[in-house]
Amino acid sequence: MIRFVDVHKSYRVDGKDVPALQPFSLDIADGEVFGIIGHSGAGKSTLIRLINLLERPSGGSIQIDGTEMTTLGELALRSKRRRIGMIFQHFNLLSSQTVADNIAFPLRLAGERDPGRIAARVDELLRRVGLEAHAAKYPAQLSGGQKQRVGIARALANRPSILLCDEATSALDPQTTASVLELLAEINRELKLTIVLITHEMDVVRRVCDRVAVLDAGRIVEHGAVADVFLHPQHPTTRRFVNEALPEEAAGELAPYTQVPGRILRLSFRGEATWTPALGRVARDTGVDFNILAGRIDRIKELPYGQLTLAMQGDGVDQALVALRAAGIEIEELSR
Amino acid sequence: MSAPSLHTLFPNIDDWAEIGRACIDTLLMLGGSLLMTVVIGLPLGVLLYLTGKGQLRAMPKCYAALSLVVNILRSIPFIILMIVLLPLTFVLAGTTLGVRGAIPPLVIGAAPFFARLVETALREVQRGVIEASQAMGASTWQIVCHVLLPEARGGLIAGTTVTAIALVGYTAMGGAIGAGGLGDLAYRYGYLGYKSDYMLVTVVLLIVLVQLLQMVGDRVVAHYSRY
Repeated sequence: MIRFVDVHKSYRVDGKDVPALQPFSLDIADGEVFGIIGHSGAGKSTLIRLINLLERPSGGSIQIDGTEMTTLGELALRSKRRRIGMIFQHFNLLSSQTVADNIAFPLRLAGERDPGRIAARVDELLRRVGLEAHAAKYPAQLSGGQKQRVGIARALANRPSILLCDEATSALDPQTTASVLELLAEINRELKLTIVLITHEMDVVRRVCDRVAVLDAGRIVEHGAVADVFLHPQHPTTRRFVNEALPEEAAGELAPYTQVPGRILRLSFRGEATWTPALGRVARDTGVDFNILAGRIDRIKELPYGQLTLAMQGDGVDQALVALRAAGIEIEELSR
Repeated sequence: MSAPSLHTLFPNIDDWAEIGRACIDTLLMLGGSLLMTVVIGLPLGVLLYLTGKGQLRAMPKCYAALSLVVNILRSIPFIILMIVLLPLTFVLAGTTLGVRGAIPPLVIGAAPFFARLVETALREVQRGVIEASQAMGASTWQIVCHVLLPEARGGLIAGTTVTAIALVGYTAMGGAIGAGGLGDLAYRYGYLGYKSDYMLVTVVLLIVLVQLLQMVGDRVVAHYSRY
């Protein structure tokens, strides 16, 4: 487990302390994919670097599996870092080394000298990321997605328990992003390692994360399970992120619907509820009319969800709402 | 080309073997001083880089001191540096004359220059690559050996070429105060003795040498380029 207790960070600029992260406490559980989302400058790069102490906190405690990180000596810190993989937006591969040597690099740093063992581990990693055919190439000969796969293989070389992803897909096109995220999800499933990723795209969070923290101007303004945060964002910044990931009306902003008669409702379905014909049944039973204004059905990681904004009219609306809630549908009333 | 025709072209040159020996002396001075320059200048450049502002082992005072020494040595014209260093040269090489006597001042003149080129080449290495190595648990020594130097290889080789060419110029200047080599010939026969054919031959040989150095340097850089 990664535990932050009252951690804060400020930088000294021209003799003045400029806060980068306000005091926060946060636990990241073993084996989960934890997303940190924020705009540039919100402090997310700083936050993720606190985990492997590339950035030192100005105060507070950072513990990994019970070990206090901030007081480790240099040697102990280096050996701890070997068990924390990290991948980067711009890949940061050694341009003078082949793909195989890039992946072998952390093994050699950790003191592995046996060429046979290195070769075997490199082969295994190349297969995992699907780059068997590219071992002898140099990074400059690879596409962005392939470079990130090399980065992932390199990060996994020393069998880390944590993988840090610093905007790992921000330099990639949508299709490549999807395939890299899929690879990360697969690694998380099969190797059971904890992934902490930072991003400015809600879509990345929706696809792979279990939990998310929203960072705004150095402050964690909201955090929780992705489905909760995604379906019921509380903070304005979170709403903005969610809206970016959705077609604008689907987010259910009230403004466009002031002319629509009836009560404006937002229904959220999660999991099984997404596939049951509850809405039609309740409408029939209670005699209400409804009019769908916006909607979307998709998945949050593996969880299917749906969100509909609709206008409901008729005498039985209250009764209908009770029945819908009973069917496991979350309802927010946007107007009356 | 037969000897008589050479004699008509260069009437003052009656001992071509002397020119051959001067060539060898120049090459020995160049080789010896370049080797020592790299041996001293490379670590010095790495130290400049590491102690610089915002770098891995930032030490502002150490950097300022090193930087000052480097700047002082670089600002003294080489011909004066050679004369100033005569006593030190005698201690280091046992003589102030010939190839041996030339190497200490050549190295002291060129190493700070090379160190700056090394520092500049290392600064070209992407910060992210260094950060990634730190994240992998690399020590500063490992980063220098396995990341900085290999990643800056092209710049370092180009810097070595530039330094070698500067050293060719320095060896020629060294000729004026008893270092021997092509510069010595050009100075003694060509300048003091008004034998312009000596001047012409030595200058052409120096041009050829510089061209060769640049060509080899460029080839090696291209060979190691991974872009």
